[in-house]
Amino acid sequence: MNWEAIWAIARKDVTVALRTRAVALPLALVPLVLMVGVPVLVGLISGMAARLEIAPADVDVLSRPMPPGFDARYAGLNDAQLGYIYFIVYLFAPMYLILPLMASAVVAADSFAGEKERRTLEALVYSPTTDRELLFAKILGAWIPGALVGLTGFALYVLVGNLMTWYVAQRIVLPNLLWILLAFWVGPAAAALGLGVTVIASSRVNTFQEAYQIGSLIVLPLVLVVVGQAMGAFALSDGLVALFGLALWGVAGGVFALAASTFRRTSLMARL
Amino acid sequence: MDDSDGRFSSFPIIETERLTRAFGQTVAVNALSISIHAGEVFGFLGHNGAGKTTTVRLLNGVIAPTAGAARVFSLDPTAHGHRIRARTGVLTETPALDPRLTARDTLRYFAEIYGVPKQERRRRVDELLEFFELSSRGDHKVGGFSKGMRQRLALARTLIHDPELIFLDEPTSGLDPVAIRDIHRMIERLKQRGRTIFLCTHNLIEAERLCDRIAVMAKGRLLAIGNIQQLSSRLDRGHRISVEVDAADLPRAMQLFLRTPPVVHAEATSNRLADRNGGAQLVLYGVSRHDVPRIIETAMQDGLQLYRVQPEEPSLEDVYFALQEL
Repeated sequence: MNWEAIWAIARKDVTVALRTRAVALPLALVPLVLMVGVPVLVGLISGMAARLEIAPADVDVLSRPMPPGFDARYAGLNDAQLGYIYFIVYLFAPMYLILPLMASAVVAADSFAGEKERRTLEALVYSPTTDRELLFAKILGAWIPGALVGLTGFALYVLVGNLMTWYVAQRIVLPNLLWILLAFWVGPAAAALGLGVTVIASSRVNTFQEAYQIGSLIVLPLVLVVVGQAMGAFALSDGLVALFGLALWGVAGGVFALAASTFRRTSLMARL
Repeated sequence: MDDSDGRFSSFPIIETERLTRAFGQTVAVNALSISIHAGEVFGFLGHNGAGKTTTVRLLNGVIAPTAGAARVFSLDPTAHGHRIRARTGVLTETPALDPRLTARDTLRYFAEIYGVPKQERRRRVDELLEFFELSSRGDHKVGGFSKGMRQRLALARTLIHDPELIFLDEPTSGLDPVAIRDIHRMIERLKQRGRTIFLCTHNLIEAERLCDRIAVMAKGRLLAIGNIQQLSSRLDRGHRISVEVDAADLPRAMQLFLRTPPVVHAEATSNRLADRNGGAQLVLYGVSRHDVPRIIETAMQDGLQLYRVQPEEPSLEDVYFALQEL
């Protein structure tokens, strides 16, 4: 493998993506809104509710089956406080995966469809890389920012989440094993899946926007997980999250295999 | 087709044997057989759609042939494209550069991809920026560059790894005369340094001025190949002699020369100098410089006064258009 060329292409993709408003804006805004804005907003409402000893509507989820040990660990808290802790630690967990998924998808869309749109892919096709090296470089260049945005979002969330649970319930709740698994096992898998789907989408469309929109559809199953959990269909546990990560890696691997089998500069060039 | 004139290395850097590429029903390159030697500037001439760009892509292994074979550096482009591309530089017809990178970043990026040793990278980038007069704009983003500057930067990118074989696909298309002159000088310098250049162009003056040999293509087919003299020799009507006679003698001269073999055609043409002096110019076709003594002798025997006799070789333009009409 021509590692020097691979790193050069990956590094360049990350650098130019960060210089592009259409890419950099969602990479900066989504973590702030999702990992800071949402917990702060819900925390402020829950804090007021806790002080007034009224239960916000979403505390209804407490009537659903709780994860093992939850009740014992947080005994003595009122419903508003328990509801907020449940929200921060469990209910919000699947939403976190939007971050690495979205970040890798947007960079991959810029890296594949965007290069095609700008016609800069042609110079790369003439480079002394093999098809496999070129694909791997492009994947790496989208996966690294996806994984990094995920980890940055995790760090932000731990900080803000703890500040807000302290404000609401005087407890420090993060990071627990479930969130460590999410950040270091499931998040990178979600980043891989997001970019894998976008790579395949990019080979069939010609613009960054089209590729990004198709790639972003992969977020929809996550919404189903959030709804399923909120409706009590299941409760997230460490084991379930670990398994979910494994499944995501498996699907991402399949998507990459498909991409690798179809990625040929000869067919790419015939369309340029 | 014997297409080598023996002035260059005996080592063929490019060889194709009935190389063919079709896109659906359209045959972009049709049974192309050529041999190009190290150190040549090889012109690949043809209208748009003649198959020039497709040939460059085939030779670099970025598309596969549908029939026939090619060898570049004795390697098969389909199987060893990456090894070939490590030794070639390609300036594409519409070279796109990432507008978000600076000129220096662009060259540094491609230097890394092409494996230019780390300790040489900075020097090489600075040299090329200097050579292409882009030093003062090295740290500016490419998005703000003019077309000429972009073309120069794209050329610098093509040469970043000092390739042995350089493909230039319409390198001067759409450029102003100064930029065209600079690129021609650069090609001459590369030739002096022994680089092999495959120049795709539809600019006949450019090809005539720069190329050692020329292949004329039309609709994917090779029409002719050789140096200008070899190509000219294929034209019967390309060789001509222009003679200046007294304007009053023009009809008589016309009749006389039409009876003189091997003249095949004669026509009166305008010549400002002859017109000003009361003369008239007649162009005789089918005759070359070897026929000048016979033309003069015929005129003398008939008492016709000649003021000027000038043999003319056919230009590449004559050859090109004659071949396209075949």
